[in-house]
Parts: sequence; C-alpha cells; structure tokens
Amino acid sequence: MALRRFDLEAGGDTFAFKPETEEKIAFWRGKYPADKQRSAVIPMLWLAQKDNNGWLSEPAMREVADRLEMPYIRVYEVATFYTMFRLQPVGKFHVQLCGTTPCQLRGAEKLKEVCQKEIGDIMYVTDDGRLSWEEVECLGACVNAPMVQINDDYYEDLTPESLSQILGKLKNGVEVQPGPQIDRVNSAPEGGATTLTDPSLFDGSKNSISTLPNLPSATPAEAEAAGKPDAAPPTNTKREEPTAGKTTLIDGKKKDGEE
Amino acid sequence: MLQDKDRIFTNLYGLHSPELDAAKKRGAWHLTKEILDQGPDWICDQIKASGLRGRGGAGFPTGLKWTFMPKELRDRPHYLVVNADESEPGTCKDREIMRHDPHLLIEGCMIASRAMRAHKCYVYLRGEYINERHALEKAVKEAYEAKLIGQNNVNGWDFDLYVHHGAGAYICGEETALLESLEGKKGQPRLKPPFPANAGLYGCPTTVNNVESIAVAGTILRRGAEWFAGFGRPNNTGTKLFCISGHVNKPCNVEEEMSITFRELIDTHCGGIRGGWDNLKAVIPGGSSVPMVPAEQIMDAYMDFDTLRDLKSGLGTAAVIVMDKDTDLIKAIARLAYFYKHESCGQCTPCREGTGWMWRVMERMAKGEAEHDEIDTLLDVTKQVEGHTICALGDAAAWPIQGLIRHFRPEIEDRINQYRLPRAMVQGAVVAAE
Repeated sequence: MALRRFDLEAGGDTFAFKPETEEKIAFWRGKYPADKQRSAVIPMLWLAQKDNNGWLSEPAMREVADRLEMPYIRVYEVATFYTMFRLQPVGKFHVQLCGTTPCQLRGAEKLKEVCQKEIGDIMYVTDDGRLSWEEVECLGACVNAPMVQINDDYYEDLTPESLSQILGKLKNGVEVQPGPQIDRVNSAPEGGATTLTDPSLFDGSKNSISTLPNLPSATPAEAEAAGKPDAAPPTNTKREEPTAGKTTLIDGKKKDGEE
Repeated sequence: MLQDKDRIFTNLYGLHSPELDAAKKRGAWHLTKEILDQGPDWICDQIKASGLRGRGGAGFPTGLKWTFMPKELRDRPHYLVVNADESEPGTCKDREIMRHDPHLLIEGCMIASRAMRAHKCYVYLRGEYINERHALEKAVKEAYEAKLIGQNNVNGWDFDLYVHHGAGAYICGEETALLESLEGKKGQPRLKPPFPANAGLYGCPTTVNNVESIAVAGTILRRGAEWFAGFGRPNNTGTKLFCISGHVNKPCNVEEEMSITFRELIDTHCGGIRGGWDNLKAVIPGGSSVPMVPAEQIMDAYMDFDTLRDLKSGLGTAAVIVMDKDTDLIKAIARLAYFYKHESCGQCTPCREGTGWMWRVMERMAKGEAEHDEIDTLLDVTKQVEGHTICALGDAAAWPIQGLIRHFRPEIEDRINQYRLPRAMVQGAVVAAE
C-alpha cells in the first residue's frame, strides 16, 4: 500500500474536459452495459488526467463522478488506489523509472542517480515545468531493462549516458525516438533475431490446409485426401517421464485462482 | 531447439506488419468458421487433448477451465475476460502478442468465447501499455470492418470484443481483483466461492484467461492437439514464450518448446551467461513470485511445471531472471519485498502488515544490520503470511524470501558478521559475553 493524498491547493476549483475529449468519453462509455456505466471510471479518470496536464485534481474527480452518477468517495477511492493517477502536478514530460529487480539487476540504480542529478528529487517539477520523475514498479519490459516510461512511450535498454541525453533533449524540446536505445529491434536479441527467419512463415503457405484435423466425422483417409497439416515429429522422445505422475499444481490453492 | 515452422507467434519481434492482411498470411483467421462450427464440446476436448496449461502462472489446464462454465446460456450473459494486466516482474510476453500479433489474440478470444458460449469479451490491459492498447484497438477495428467479429459476422457466432485498461495496480492481475477493477472499483480480490464461472463480471458467469493461453488456441485447433502435445514432456506440453532477463549476454523474448533445459535455452538464444556458466549464481525461473533456484540445481533442469515444482520453485509465467555472482541477492530480494509491500491492496491484515514488515527486515539484512536469530523470525513470519490471505499475493510475497533463506542462508549470516566486525565494541552486549 502506498499513502497517497490529494493536492487540494494546486487543483483549483474547476475542471472541464476538453471539447475534443467528448468523443473519446462516448467511445469508452459505449463499451459497457447501460446499467454498468461505472466500469468506465478508470478510462474516464485517465482522460481527465490527460486533459489536466498529466495529473488528477479533485475537481476533475468530481466531474467524472457526476457524469457517471457515482458517489464522490467511490471515485476518490479509485483515484487513490491506482498509482498511475497522479495526485500532484507533474512536468510536461513525466519520467517513470522502473526500479524493480529485473531493471535493478541491469543498472536502474545508476539511472536513478541521473534523474536525481538532472531533475531533482522525486516528484519535483523543474522550474521550466518540463520535467519531473518518480520511481515506479515493474513496467513489463524486463528483457529491455533498464527502462523508463516518459508520458506514453517506453525508452528501453538505457545507460546513464543515453538517459541523460534523452532528458537533455526533452528539456530543450528536441524530438527523441522511443523504444530500445541500442542496436536491437523490440525484444529480439541484441544484434538481430536468430529465430523466425524462415520466409515460408510469412508468405501465406501456412494456409494450405483446407480441413481441420481431428474432426469427429472425418476418417483418416478423408483427412489425408483433403491435405493434412504438416505434423511435427515429436521432439521429446529422448526425455524422461516426469518423476511424479500426479498433476499437483505449484500451489494447490491457486487451482481456480489467478491465471 | 524449436523449429521456425512450429512457432505460433511468428511476428514476436515485430519485424513484420501487425495488420490484418499480413496476419492472415501468417495463418491467423484461417478456418475460424470451421472451428466455431464444431461447437463448444469439440473445442474444449481438443484443447484438453493438447495438454495446454494456463500460461499466466498457475498452470491450470485451460480446456478444463473452459468446461466449468454453465452448459446453457440462460438469463445471464456469459463473459470471457482476458487478463492482459501483465505486471509480474520479469514478464513481458503478452505485450509482444498485443502489439505484434493482435489478430491471433482476437481470433483466440472468439474461439474461447464459442467454447464457453459467451458473446462478449473484455480484454483488460494494464494501464502502462498505452501503445500496446492502441495497437490492439486498431486490430479490433480492422476485425470489425472485415466483419470477422461483431454482430452477423462471417464466422457465424455473434461476438463483441472490448478493450479495457487499468491504471497501475499489480493486484489487478489476480482474476477477481481484475473483475472488481473492470466493474469500476478498487482492485481488491473477492472471496471465493462463488467462483467466477458462477458469478464473475457483473454477477454473470465469467472465465478469466491469460493472453497467451487464449492466443495459442487458434493454432492448436488448426494444427491438431497432437501437434501441440508433441512438444515437451507429458503433462508439460506445448510451446511457451520465455522472457529471459537479467545477467545474460543478450536478454530476449523467445518462443521455445516446453521442457527445454535451462542451459540450452540460454546458450541458444541469449548468448550465454554474463561471464560464463561458472559465473551463474541463482535463477528466478518464473517471475518474481516464485522462489529462486541456485545455479547447480537449475543448470541442467528442464524448464517446465513439474521439474521446477520439484525444485521447490515454479514455472510461473516463464519469466527467467538470471543472476550472476556479482549480484547482491539479499538486496535483489529486498527490492522484491518492497514491490510486494507497494502492491499489496491492503484488504487482508497478514499481507498489508506482513509485506511492510518483511520489507523493513529485508532492508536491514541487506545491510547486515540484524541479529542472527532474526533470520528464523523472518522465516516464521513468511509462513504466517503464506496461505492466510484471500488471494495469492501474500504467498507471492513470502516465497522469494523463503527461497533466499533456503538456499543462501550463509550469505545472510556473513553479511551480518561483516557488519558487526568493525562495530564489535558498540554492540558490546552480544560480543562481550564471550
């Protein structure tokens, strides 16, 4: 649990969605049954945050509550529970630095020092209002660690130097390229992918089969005639059987539990 | 090594277009109508025969899970909810599916919905995946425009798919917390029973599945259950996306056969361990929630559910976090303890208080500022948290610490001794008794 409080002073008294956001609100509300409109609260708070310079003020929460006909406290609850709702002003570019173990192992602590030096303390907004930073928990790009998220984009495979360069560019309004900052494409290994190189995967030849295997009616001969899918030879022949024959789960309690 | 022709996620790295035309060429949406026409029983039987176990961590057989839904559609609608709230530290596989192969996921959703007689599906993405959400929304729009999904579509099963997002809460990866969040509440897990298959989203029958479990369904049915079951050891079949992070030369995501050995996985795809195999210290084989395994036990172990269970760990999400001999293991686990403290939803007392307590003690142990008998106290507290909470977050917070103490207790003791050495006089009471 994290203790999170509103910044009542900076929030002022009023908030209004931008006119162009109305379309998006309608889009999100259209996804849920008419009597379950409350489901739209997280997407709408997110839109409100976007319209409020990247943070969520108390009047913005009330606006969302009024539109969804929810008690204010229910919206406050949601806004304080979810950590992507920022309850105090942030810079134009808000850096979220992942500090969880996979990133830590590859040098996230050095990146923290860079942020501390270039920007200042956590949640401090630079005088020109352009930058602020915070440490967040795993952002789910662990094979590209260490990484940061700046507004909507991920910047991956960082070094202290490359992060410092990115921050400098953002400060001066120069465009930066999101994604991995070293020689690699997305999550492929550095230096180029060694798998998925077979051109026949991409030319449509996978669609040559015309009948599904294992249909209840089809006899083996029919399936043969209709073009059988390329059966893979079993690759596990040399492997031993599992020692215990029982299907115990890692944790019996999770049986119907989380996926 | 798995051959390219047997890989399901052929656009894993985004080297090709994620759009519908390209996805169709790669095999998506082929024979989908024929699959749906076979009906729920055939689909469930095939998925059961393939041996597919849930890819989100618990490893529950997917086909079996689908059969838990009511056999008839009565007054309440059925829902499929796809868990794309991928927040387990170390895991980044679903992200690649959503941004590079979204049509496999959408097709899988439709097939799974047919199997559980659902006409509506929600995909719950974590809030941070903004670009991934846009990619998925775009693919959904393409599928609607091509009449592949929607009302009166060409596949003959009315089906609507909606993308929803969260806002940064790890706990929403737990299925009932996810449903709470989807209903517009705080993500606090529900007590079970009732299970979601009876009363889930909006009180209606619901099944929650991981992205990867759903996205492989189409290909399994097209190529046959035996094909999928041909990979891996019995009870651990199929192909799996591995996310290898930490101290390897080239961290990457890769689709591999289940039951590949750890050594082969690392040598083939990641260019080996940083500093060579002698430099390996420990591995967390399945995302942060499973206990670590020391080098000598993991090196030649099969990467599958049963082997890792026997090593008192687990395959989890197959997020392999590799740590070499330069790693400060105590600090690494202390950081995980902070993670769980930060992400506890605060509903159950053992977890809310226990995670904070464990983190504070771990921080002291990382410095060595502790007593020797506190190690046992810590172990005891992890046992008190484990199994005494509504959801598995309490267990997940306890296991990494238990794994550390189980395998690296001497290291913690050394740290304490080292801290004390220059301070012997200050801590006189303990030392002077000798």
